[in-house]
Amino acid sequence: MPHFAPAQFTVERRDTRCIRCRVCVNQCSFEVHYYDAESDEVRSRDERCVGCHRCEALCPTQALAVRFNPMEIRPNANWRPEHIRDLQRQAETGGVLLTGAGNDKPFRVYWDHLLLNASQVTNPSIDPLREPMELRTILGRKPDRLDFDDLKGDLMTELDAQVTVETPIIFSGMSYGAISYNAHLALNQAAREFGTLYNTGEGGWPVEFRRFGDHTIAQCASGRFGIDLDYLESAAVIEIKIGQGAKPGIGGHLPAEKVTPPVAATRMIPAGTDALSPAPQHDIYSIEDLAMLINALKEATGYAKPVGVKIAAVHNAPAIASGAVRAGADIVAIDGLRGGTGAAPKVVRDNVGLPIELALAAVHDRLVKEGIRNRASILAAGGIRSSADVVKAIALGADAVYIGTAALVAMGCTLCQMCYTGKCNWGIAVTDPWLTKRVNPDIATRHLLNLLRAWNLEIKEMLGGMGINALESLRGNRLQLRGVGLEEWELKVLGVRGAGA
Amino acid sequence: MTSLARLQNPYGDGKLIESCGLFGMMDTTGRPLRGRDIIRAMANMHDRGNGLGAGFAAYGIYPEFRQEYAFHLMFEHEEARRQTEAFLRNNFKVVHHEGIPHRAVAEIDGPPMLRRYFLRVEKGVARAGHDDYVVGKVMAINAEIDGAYVFSSGKDMGVFKGVGYPEDIGRFYGLDDYEGYLWVGHSRFPTNTPGWWGGAHPFSILDWTVVHNGELSSYDTNRWFLEMYGYTCTMQTDTEVLAYGVDLLARRQRLPVETVASVFAPPLWETIDRMGERERRRHTTLRAVFGGLLMNGPFTIIVAHHDEMIGLADRIRLRPLVAARRGDLVYLSSEESAIRLISPKLDATWSPDGGQPVVARLKAAAAEAVGGNA
Amino acid sequence: MSRFVINARGVNYRDLNARVKAAAEAGNEAIVLRNVHGQRYIGTSLRKPVKVDVYGTPGNDLGAFMDGPTVEVHGNAQDGLGNTMNSGEIVVHGSAGDILAMAMRGGRVFVEGDVGYRCAIHLKEYGAKVPVIVIGGGAQDFFGEYMAGGRVVLLGLNGEKLGANFIGTGMHGGVIFIRGRVDPDQLGKEVGLAEPDESDRAFLAEVVQAYGRHFRRDAGRVLEDGFVKLYPRFLRPYGRLYAQ
Repeated sequence: MPHFAPAQFTVERRDTRCIRCRVCVNQCSFEVHYYDAESDEVRSRDERCVGCHRCEALCPTQALAVRFNPMEIRPNANWRPEHIRDLQRQAETGGVLLTGAGNDKPFRVYWDHLLLNASQVTNPSIDPLREPMELRTILGRKPDRLDFDDLKGDLMTELDAQVTVETPIIFSGMSYGAISYNAHLALNQAAREFGTLYNTGEGGWPVEFRRFGDHTIAQCASGRFGIDLDYLESAAVIEIKIGQGAKPGIGGHLPAEKVTPPVAATRMIPAGTDALSPAPQHDIYSIEDLAMLINALKEATGYAKPVGVKIAAVHNAPAIASGAVRAGADIVAIDGLRGGTGAAPKVVRDNVGLPIELALAAVHDRLVKEGIRNRASILAAGGIRSSADVVKAIALGADAVYIGTAALVAMGCTLCQMCYTGKCNWGIAVTDPWLTKRVNPDIATRHLLNLLRAWNLEIKEMLGGMGINALESLRGNRLQLRGVGLEEWELKVLGVRGAGA
Repeated sequence: MTSLARLQNPYGDGKLIESCGLFGMMDTTGRPLRGRDIIRAMANMHDRGNGLGAGFAAYGIYPEFRQEYAFHLMFEHEEARRQTEAFLRNNFKVVHHEGIPHRAVAEIDGPPMLRRYFLRVEKGVARAGHDDYVVGKVMAINAEIDGAYVFSSGKDMGVFKGVGYPEDIGRFYGLDDYEGYLWVGHSRFPTNTPGWWGGAHPFSILDWTVVHNGELSSYDTNRWFLEMYGYTCTMQTDTEVLAYGVDLLARRQRLPVETVASVFAPPLWETIDRMGERERRRHTTLRAVFGGLLMNGPFTIIVAHHDEMIGLADRIRLRPLVAARRGDLVYLSSEESAIRLISPKLDATWSPDGGQPVVARLKAAAAEAVGGNA
Repeated sequence: MSRFVINARGVNYRDLNARVKAAAEAGNEAIVLRNVHGQRYIGTSLRKPVKVDVYGTPGNDLGAFMDGPTVEVHGNAQDGLGNTMNSGEIVVHGSAGDILAMAMRGGRVFVEGDVGYRCAIHLKEYGAKVPVIVIGGGAQDFFGEYMAGGRVVLLGLNGEKLGANFIGTGMHGGVIFIRGRVDPDQLGKEVGLAEPDESDRAFLAEVVQAYGRHFRRDAGRVLEDGFVKLYPRFLRPYGRLYAQ
């Protein structure tokens, strides 16, 4: 029973340029290209192409072009090609559709509807090339007041553990297993060199990286992979992962084929079995249980490091964040609808959660109203694409942001969304040693450092334009934002005025 | 007053933008000074304002009511006065009340009804809670009684302000007739608001007054940070957040003014990183905890309360501040010429570093504070 | 051997655990906690093979993340015992609550009586680390849920028929031994049922004897009855969940 489903991409090969070097054949883990010795031609099986453009990038004679090939059925605003394709696959397999990366549906991206302010006359803009511009950020629980010794003036208050970053950009949690060893090494090295933080994700943390511990957030998730006291003690911050923006409320299955011996060793599980992360953490069925785990982790590590909680942006995010802060979370990370994933059911990725912009604004406002905003730092995650998004996130109320997908793109990712297949041609979302070699950790580190440097420079330009020379003066400073093309209710949730108003 | 936002910000801007001239003078032995000098000094800086607001605060002017909270009120209409007086009688013992004396001045148009009330907190309230009680009542009148506005509420001090140039406001209130040991003055150059009597400086709560020049780019951050501590920022002015910031840190948390200055205008991180361990910890902690009160952008402020006058400019000195001393007298001003006009022979004048407060303290008070910061 | 005694009455858990840790670091190899009433995380931060005797009712998360010590509870224990434990031993002279030994990776837990819901959930093993849990009484639902490794023994000495349902649901590693019979309807879909083989019987003999020593029971009589062995039918229980 044939279905009509054309190849999603077509590979155009200019035969006059092709030198039969077979680089494309060797590079494609999806086995699109093959060499036909009889005709001395390189040919392609277009139906296997995922549009990652690896072959195109590496073809020495630019003989290749990979083009998107939409299913040109009768135009229908309701039954679109994606629905038909998905229906056919499910009819054939009876299975849940998986996908990778973040939500690609056209939900409103609020970053693109927010404009930044700049100074003219009434206060001066500041030129960051000449004058100091401070991006240092200190994350952790802050007290309501400070006490000083009346006689000597010495500071008497001891703060809870804090962690300092030199940029408000932190690498988001991506597990070892979901992404490769080399990608982890690059992220961890870049975080140390730039003075920011890397997040282990939930798949453990190779022991040889623990020398970067001062720049590491160690995650404690439902699978408890690779977690022992050494793991916890080596990190600068511990993060309890409750949820993820790409798949709020569900767990994860790292398929057995990605559980290679080093992945198994890092997760401390047998090789070749699925690594299953339950949907909830089974020791957390309620907010007081969250407090119990937060304190267990603090107790296990001598109260020497901040313990954060990462939640997916869901409808009750403000109340959940408030509860987490009151339960003792020193940092609350909120991961929005467009956050990435190594694998998630497509139906969940595309239909569950809230855009980070709305969730962030609502959480910040709620914590201010409750008078507890200072008790935890807020990290915003899920679809931060540029330095402008970072600045807007901080103006909405974040202390810093997480970037995941942006960092992967810096290492070569082209967002083909095939992370869940274990075949990433760019050597990033993969554990197969033949493919992981494609990421050179030193070059990837340099790219990540370049990205951070470039964004830092741009952030300073934007801050200087506003007449602000310390990042803390932008935090929650909604007057630096104006909305365009937004409804009244959206402006209200974001707490910003419409442009011109 | 519920119409406050309409009066203060008729165009509904996100915040008010204004620039200004300011002046402060203090006799640190507590000897009284007449208002004449500060009016002359402010008049000399006429061009720093635009006639849309001016004001003065004077300390030590009500020796006969030293123990009573002196409320200065403006009313838009008789009903506002009736409601306010009923409110005051319900919440205080009214020891004395009268109109605030003023005279007709051609340049001053349509003043509101101006009255003052000398109030004692009734016995039911614990002594230590008097100040918080008064703050609560001031906020209640300003937020809930339409057409009424408390613009001064300290003991043995008073704020006098309105729409006009400083020399005209000074004449209107007859400030020549008042004697105080500490005076601050302000003239206003708002860019996006017409004059409103309540919107002039000084901004005051209890005996704390703030006058301010500049525009804070950090306003909205400062606003939410203060709201977290229960303040309601109704005026949409930088001066208001500065005043509440002073109230929170200096009055409620009892931090010394030097520490408050380190919060408003902290050292740069690269400076902090070079400090010794004790100072580095102190400044790092202050920035970490009170980063929301960093006053970012150009500002100069003069903060005053009984016994103390503090001048402070932002950490990269985007607004002017000149300090001077002659004997026991300390002056602060936007321009040196204004000081020289009233006190030609000075012992010293200097231009304070950004973020470094100039503090003038009453000598008697300093002597009492054994081992204090004096 | 020196015994260091701490009266825990009214002492906050943070202070209590700090005192226990200080005592361990001072070289005490045996620490006795009296009048314990709900203090959490006992044993968590100790990284030495000390012996801690707990009298009273310890709080939740006893031995969470624990690495090395032996904790003996003279009374019942609450929820979360042995949470993510790495090594060491916990002996409970009584019963324990829910989610016992969640995600535990190594060490041993002996409970004289019954345990609650979701015990041994996501139990793991890695290399030489194979956690062992021996429960003298019964267990409630979702026993061994999501099990990825380790060995769990349920002796059913309370004289009641095992009431748990969904036993071993999602199991993809490790084994569960149950003394007596178990109704197939009580098992998760992913669980297979078998007779213990010779090496299983040797393992059972060893751990049941240890149970007998801890709680003064006649191990021989316990071992006389038959056991069933529950094992994961698939290494990849959810491999067919997805469209390929």
